Amino acid sequence: MTELEKTGDLSVDDFLDPLERPELAPDIMAESAPFVAAPEIQEKLGYPGELVDNWQEKAIEKMGELAGKYRSFKVYLDSCVKCGACTDKCHYFLGSGDPKNMPVARQDLLRKVYRRNFTLAGKYLPWLVGAEDLTKDVLDDWYSYFHQCSQCRRCSVFCPYGIDTAEISMAAREIMDSVGKGQKYCNEIIGKVHDVGNNLGLNPKALKATLEDLEEDLEDETGLKIRLPLDEKGADIMLVTPSADFFAEPHIDGLLGYAKVFHQVGASWTISSYASEAGNFGLFIGSYENMREVSLRIRKAAQDLGVKRIIFGECGHAWRVAYSFLNTLAGPFDFLDQRYPVPQHICEYTHDLIEKGEIKFDKSKNDHIRLTYHDSCNVARASRMGDKPGGQFEIPRAILRAACNHFYDMAEDTIKEATFCCGGGGGLLTDDLMDIRKKGAQPRMRALKQVAEDHGVTHMAAICAICKTQFSKVMPDYGFDMDSIVSIHQMVSNAIILDGAKSDDEDEAVNVTVNEDAMPAADGAEA
Amino acid sequence: MAYDFNGATIEADEEGYLVDLSVWNPDLAVLIAEDEKIVMNDEHWEVVNFLREYYDEYQIAPAIRVLVKAMKKKFGGDKGSNKYLYELFPYGPAKQACKIAGLPKPTGCV
Repeated sequence: MTELEKTGDLSVDDFLDPLERPELAPDIMAESAPFVAAPEIQEKLGYPGELVDNWQEKAIEKMGELAGKYRSFKVYLDSCVKCGACTDKCHYFLGSGDPKNMPVARQDLLRKVYRRNFTLAGKYLPWLVGAEDLTKDVLDDWYSYFHQCSQCRRCSVFCPYGIDTAEISMAAREIMDSVGKGQKYCNEIIGKVHDVGNNLGLNPKALKATLEDLEEDLEDETGLKIRLPLDEKGADIMLVTPSADFFAEPHIDGLLGYAKVFHQVGASWTISSYASEAGNFGLFIGSYENMREVSLRIRKAAQDLGVKRIIFGECGHAWRVAYSFLNTLAGPFDFLDQRYPVPQHICEYTHDLIEKGEIKFDKSKNDHIRLTYHDSCNVARASRMGDKPGGQFEIPRAILRAACNHFYDMAEDTIKEATFCCGGGGGLLTDDLMDIRKKGAQPRMRALKQVAEDHGVTHMAAICAICKTQFSKVMPDYGFDMDSIVSIHQMVSNAIILDGAKSDDEDEAVNVTVNEDAMPAADGAEA
Repeated sequence: MAYDFNGATIEADEEGYLVDLSVWNPDLAVLIAEDEKIVMNDEHWEVVNFLREYYDEYQIAPAIRVLVKAMKKKFGGDKGSNKYLYELFPYGPAKQACKIAGLPKPTGCV
């Protein structure tokens, strides 16, 4: 029986309740910790294989090094006044009730050690300023709770000092890696990118076979030879997309959407087997060196293929790294066509074509869907799109509204800048953290339930591979169908009008414009 | 963890994926499946065997969509759907079926 079907046989009591507010429960999540990376995984990334003998000394040394190197980190450690504005802003706190998941308390696990070792008051009067030594218990707390932070930065939005909590979590993970205590999930994946070029470990032969298979599907569906080109030298555009787009559902439907857009406007584009991953888990572990090495693959691929533009697919933290750091990590990209943004997001690309009227939609193809949109944290709070403030919120919505008749936003305090994390970001999308993933998804599920009740919403679109996987896994626990999470470009794929495509519906309105006001009421749409 | 297989200890990772893929055999698959609360029948074997063939060729598990399509081609329409695969492998065909087939766990944002 499918997860989806189970819903028919189960009573409401069998689901997690998105409206439940857990009681305050100290240390209830203390046992939640991901698998520790094996020595060979650690050593591959240049870290000690296991916890070193003098780990306390080394950890403090590393903390000092980071505070010396990154002014931001030092300011964030020094400036918190424990005002409490962030306490109820974290989805993991809201979903678990564990006070150590209040952002201020989670950060204090590290900050108290910093105080003890790097501040005058902490050195001489530790009891007065909440300064503590780094003990084994504290290290265990670090490992547990810094893997209950998805670095989504929602708390930072509400911090009057602008403390970037994600940076604290990243630094904590970097310190732990440096003493030999790394997380299996992230570090194994980074190793795979260094070896094979993507998180999945998808080799060029398998990637080629997958893309050919999908080209067949596209032809069956449309009657057109829509291509998914691989390693084509001299193409104008190199698409860098998360490898989940080649593997998982509903990600693949997004990939097919990109291909249809490129096809319709006759773009010359290619995927690279060398840089077949947009995601960059180096960010999650706070490792500049790993982040750089992953980014340099993209630079090399672009140069080897001789492309003029780089476009990123739907991936949240990839876009953060690309938008904010790519030039610093792997630039300058002076060999690309400077008339286009370097790099560009696929949503910017598609949106631009919609604005120019170069692609059009038959929105009625999405009439079976009443849609809402989950702003992914890294796109919402760590990047921008287009040339106007807030473009990262408006451009994805403009695409969805162009492709779909029924769009409804969730509550204002749960979207855009204040969006909730999906619960699986920041390196937490692993089965060994399923409990905290389900709990962390609860605030988003609550908002979704609300909009489902108010507007009959049936589906939620996302712009990030992690969000899509996380939701398809945890939504059934909250009583939603696993297929109710969709890619933005899946909605595009459903509705885009392709010249010369075969039609399975002779009534299809071919003259539909993208302008909603000018849009004739589609058959079957309610008033 | 490890599997106790006919008196021998077969090493597996924390989640039960085989460490040495070459030790896999059909009887071991039945044992891994039992651990997953799955009783192997012909339908399960069709999927597991296909995964192993694909892995032999490509050194990775197929995308779900590729698997669905191949199943449809080989065994007919009613076996070519995501829903059917989830019926057989409730934790998800990619991970659970790979574990039973003795393949590595698919990693990344999947």
